[in-house]
Amino acid sequence: MIIDGMKMKYNKLVIDQPEKLIFGSSPYPVTTARGLEIGGGIVYPELNFTLPPISINKSNMKVITNHYREIVSDALERAVHLHSSGVILEFETLIEMTRYPEIGVELVKVMNEICEDYFQKEGLKSEIRLTPNDIRDFDNPPKMRTSIYLDSMLELFDRGSLAGSDLLSIESTGGKEYSDDSLMNCNIKQFIFSQAILGVRDMKMLWGKIVEIAEKNNKIPAGDTACGFGNTAMVLAEKKYIPKIFAAIVRIATIVRTLVAIEEGAKGPDKDCGYEGPYLKAITGRPISMEGKTSACAHFSPLGNIAAACCDLWSNESVQNIKLLAGNAPTVYMEQLEYDTRLMNQAIKEGNESILNLQRLYVNSDIYYDPQAIILDPKVVIEISKEIVRGKNYIEACVNGCIKALDIIEDSIKNGTLITDPMEEVWFDMIRNDLLTIPKEESEFVEEIMPTLDPSKVILSEYGL
Amino acid sequence: MSNLLERIAKCVEFGKINKTTPFPPDMKDQEGADELTEKAIAEGVLAIDIMDKALMPAMERVGNKFSENKIFVPQMLISAKAMNAAMEHLKPFFQSGEVEKKGTFIIGTVTGDLHDIGKNLAAMMIEGGGWDVIDLGTDVKPVQFLEKVKENPGSTVGLSALLTTTMVNMEGIVKELKEYDPSIKVLIGGAPITEDFKNKIDADFYAQDPQKAVNYLKSLVA
Repeated sequence: MIIDGMKMKYNKLVIDQPEKLIFGSSPYPVTTARGLEIGGGIVYPELNFTLPPISINKSNMKVITNHYREIVSDALERAVHLHSSGVILEFETLIEMTRYPEIGVELVKVMNEICEDYFQKEGLKSEIRLTPNDIRDFDNPPKMRTSIYLDSMLELFDRGSLAGSDLLSIESTGGKEYSDDSLMNCNIKQFIFSQAILGVRDMKMLWGKIVEIAEKNNKIPAGDTACGFGNTAMVLAEKKYIPKIFAAIVRIATIVRTLVAIEEGAKGPDKDCGYEGPYLKAITGRPISMEGKTSACAHFSPLGNIAAACCDLWSNESVQNIKLLAGNAPTVYMEQLEYDTRLMNQAIKEGNESILNLQRLYVNSDIYYDPQAIILDPKVVIEISKEIVRGKNYIEACVNGCIKALDIIEDSIKNGTLITDPMEEVWFDMIRNDLLTIPKEESEFVEEIMPTLDPSKVILSEYGL
Repeated sequence: MSNLLERIAKCVEFGKINKTTPFPPDMKDQEGADELTEKAIAEGVLAIDIMDKALMPAMERVGNKFSENKIFVPQMLISAKAMNAAMEHLKPFFQSGEVEKKGTFIIGTVTGDLHDIGKNLAAMMIEGGGWDVIDLGTDVKPVQFLEKVKENPGSTVGLSALLTTTMVNMEGIVKELKEYDPSIKVLIGGAPITEDFKNKIDADFYAQDPQKAVNYLKSLVA
């Protein structure tokens, strides 16, 4: 069913001044079961980790469990040694752990026992953010609403939260079966269709269910991320596969779909790994997790410092449990995150002037080099967010934000505050022309895109269309 | 005649598909690869010359420009579309055997892995290099690769993976393929892959980017 004029819940910003968009504080902090107040005046590290090259199956569960036990024990031990104020551990499941939820549940249980042990013995507050990976695209084409894989994902949310995970998140992939081609072809119109229509519709369905599970189990529905969209574009731009300007506009185009999680009841902290977080914080006042220079273990980015400008959790995205000189990689990253956040927290202790000084250094050290960095400058975040909430529906909000971002980037190049490769500049007109021809009503947009949709790749009825 | 071949090559290199397509702006309203190939055949230009002297050199230049970061993927994709428009006119000559493909290349993302951007790029570039490409998609089981190899004797295989937990599945596939035919060539690619891993699993080549895969395949038929 097409719903023309599907409205966004937010039509004004909760944070409407750049100097209020700062790290460590958000208008609506979130307090976890063990007492971490996220967004309440301290930036906490969020450690993410994964397995080294290894097959995952029920026969080698002992080896896999030992990896996770080692990761969490060593990381928390290091956190205690460094006088950490608290730690979030993100457990982002791998395919088999979601497909067979009992594997994921068992691992949550093992890790949570260690968290509880450190809480009881050392007073260290830590929580597990459970992020089941979205496996609905194992159906080809994906069945976003009727897949049996959706049942597995929801079962893992339910049983995993009961096993000890306090924060529930996902990197959902609604629209990805259509967006990948649009990224490779640099077709912003098709990309916006994947976000403002397919993505928004899928988020409404999925987050309604996640929030219901969280409320039933007295857990925190935290938030989503457009990692599979915005970060895919960023990584492609880093490889010079697509223009950086296009990747920056793509990032803006992802905001409305991720916002839907909060509209449906997510409380934050929004998940790391998509850089739309600062926009969500400005629009909704909810705390966010971000990743930057300390996530180079997982992927390169042009946003190493600026990503920290208004974070509430600071993450490393993902690191394999392999041995480095100092120790195992997750323990090493625990230390790096702890020192990153210790610096931010010292600025917070010293007061507003120190916060804004440190934020200025984070921002100014990155914005000259990449359009994807400029759009994370708190001043720019507020400007673009105002354009987004002015939209009368998701499509218009998305297009408004993208056009504003394009204007800001183009002006920055003209006035010499942003360097760019001349081969990038030809893309301004192509992107702008595409944006200006996007229909503002869902029915018209669907009608226009329909002929380009390959039914062997996208099932519109799985989005309620 | 050579002028026509040069014009076809230019259309492919710069992505001019046909007269109505707006890209590239400086070739607006000019005939594209589609019309010029049709004209060349009507004028008696040999299909093999269109293939070897226009289309493939043009795509090679496109691949090299991409490798040297002088163009982006969408520009490469539009060149591939221009080439495909030209190839439509060459189909009868492939069917009659007058023109032959370089070989058959079977590609897929391995079991448990759904990432396909890199795999798709490689498939497109290899097709542009004159190979018949069979794309098995994502989450491809060893038996699917083996069946396709049996159906296409003498084919070469490409395996893709993005995850550290799925790259390990390459080993079993390489083993099965080599057991079936020890002479089969298997190339692998993907973010976590290394030369050491390639050696460990007994694959034949590690392609760091799509053009390196094209160059390797070219070396096999040189």
